[in-house]
Amino acid sequence: MKKTSPARPVLSVAGLSVRFRMRGGRHVAAVTDATFDLAAGECLALVGESGCGKSVLASALLGLLPANAETSGAAVLDGDTDLVTAGERVLARTVRGRRIGLVPQSPAAHLTPVRTVRAQLEETLRELTGVRGPAVGPAARAAAGRAAFPADHLDRYPHELSGGLAQRAATALALIGDAPLLLADEPTTGLDRELVERTVDELRRHTDRGRALLLITHDLAAAGRIADRVAVMYAGRIVELADAERFFGRPGPRHPYARGLLEALPEREFAPIPGMPPELADLPAGCAFAARCPRADERCGLQPSFENGVACHHLTGVEIHRAEEPADA
Amino acid sequence: MLELNRVTAGYDRRDPVVRDVSLAVAPGESVGLLGPSGCGKSTLARVAALLHRPDAGSVVLAGAPVKGWRYRAPQEQRTAVGVVFQQPRLSADPRLSLRELIAQPLRSTGRRHEVAVRVAELAREVGLTGELLDRRPHAVSDGQLQRACLARALVLRPGLLICDEMTAMLDASTTAALVSVVEAYRAESGAALLAVGHDRVLLERWCDRTVRWEELDGTREPAEAVGARG
Ligand SMILES: Nc1ncnc2c1ncn2[C@@H]1O[C@H](COP(=O)(O)OP(=O)(O)OP(=O)(O)O)[C@@H](O)[C@H]1O
Ligand code: SF4
Ligand SMILES: [Mg+2]
Repeated sequence: MKKTSPARPVLSVAGLSVRFRMRGGRHVAAVTDATFDLAAGECLALVGESGCGKSVLASALLGLLPANAETSGAAVLDGDTDLVTAGERVLARTVRGRRIGLVPQSPAAHLTPVRTVRAQLEETLRELTGVRGPAVGPAARAAAGRAAFPADHLDRYPHELSGGLAQRAATALALIGDAPLLLADEPTTGLDRELVERTVDELRRHTDRGRALLLITHDLAAAGRIADRVAVMYAGRIVELADAERFFGRPGPRHPYARGLLEALPEREFAPIPGMPPELADLPAGCAFAARCPRADERCGLQPSFENGVACHHLTGVEIHRAEEPADA
Repeated sequence: MLELNRVTAGYDRRDPVVRDVSLAVAPGESVGLLGPSGCGKSTLARVAALLHRPDAGSVVLAGAPVKGWRYRAPQEQRTAVGVVFQQPRLSADPRLSLRELIAQPLRSTGRRHEVAVRVAELAREVGLTGELLDRRPHAVSDGQLQRACLARALVLRPGLLICDEMTAMLDASTTAALVSVVEAYRAESGAALLAVGHDRVLLERWCDRTVRWEELDGTREPAEAVGARG
């Protein structure tokens, strides 16, 4: 449904790459050639192994990368602002919080330690919405409620919150600006299943009100619950971009890495993909997954191009099978 | 290995988050403690890890009653427990490289001569390469940092490992990998495990037995969880 949507993309990312300069002239290729669009009313889930570059991608969109980062490519917001070239002044004044909201990973580290949750919510309300005076109090309680943050904990300081509560406080703060694009980096970490569902359902409602959502998550069940599309990242590249229903249901993931990731779930095989992702400072010339891939052969010494939503020289059995039997429909 | 007897603990004596909870982990046993967000299970884990002094109740570690918490705990008791928390950023000193982070417990117990060998060994087990070991926490991902935190928790060869939501922020493959590091260590050392979390599927797959928070604490409903949902 979303594919036929005529809506102009809220975010259009093309060839986005991020390199970190390291001592001794080395480079860490944290994000390579990311390309995707995100429309209003759409949720794209970005999943992948730890360290694959998901958070760096989000930070690049917000201009929050450290000084040793070099960004190239384009990330155009609403057809008019390239986030890659926009300066810090523009990003700070008009983009962060207003046009792009962020639910950060490690929320406890992002909350201001010396101020209570209530004080932080009220300040953000004053800054980003017109709310003033006696209306601020009830507005802060309402904002907390949207993220299932309990009202009787509003006067706590961040260090007095459990991980899950800090998470909800950060989500409440991020929703206040009602930005057209929301980046949620692991917004359900530390929440139990019931609260995960409540939180992602709230994010879905937010999306259904015409906002775009980039949901970065390791929680495949949460992604399956609300995403329209799924992007799987490996070693800094998007290796598969698929319709969520087809990805989580049938025919399932097409890329061997994506398959391994789903199979690692405790309700499935609970077996890690053997080995570790490659060093992003020392990527192989060809497919970065080759050292861990059961299907790798000599062709994989060349970087596979991204075609029809997947970057792999040898698609999985299901896919080959399907391609050979088009009459099945 | 660990006995928690009628422990009451929290941050406000008038309103403790853990009330009258008892739990035992036998030597070599792995126990999963399941509870909803904010029920107090992390506080109990901190009591067991000698990091939080309870208001009432007693703790017995490897047969010896615990008399002091935090810096008051005797070194041999403190080092008998390894702990991994949910949020590695909050528990890792940002000034240290991952290598120094893993080595820190060895240095602070006067065993610096073991550093080189033990760090190399653990780095291989948790899957950290040399280049990553030289980076500081801000320059690695949360998952990479958590691998270092697990290595640090194992560096003194503890008889009891406490994992508080260790994998809550990790992808499926890294979760399965870290669980297998823990299990390999336990198989080789005979260490016991208390794994705290809310992922029933994970803890049931991982541990010998699981207990639900409500079973330990039948006297009341967890106030925070009720407030959160009400
Ligand atoms: N300032 C930096 N300098 C050098 N390398 C960095 C820096 N920040 C991040 N990296 C590297 O960039 C890569 C991507 O990190 P990122 O935080 O985006 O991972 P992630 O996919 O979000 O992982 P997780 O699921 O653990 O959050 C990692 O290899 C990390 O070590
Ligand atoms: S390109 Fe080759 S190595 Fe890479 S995922 Fe496909 S089959 Fe495996
Ligand atoms: Mg991240």
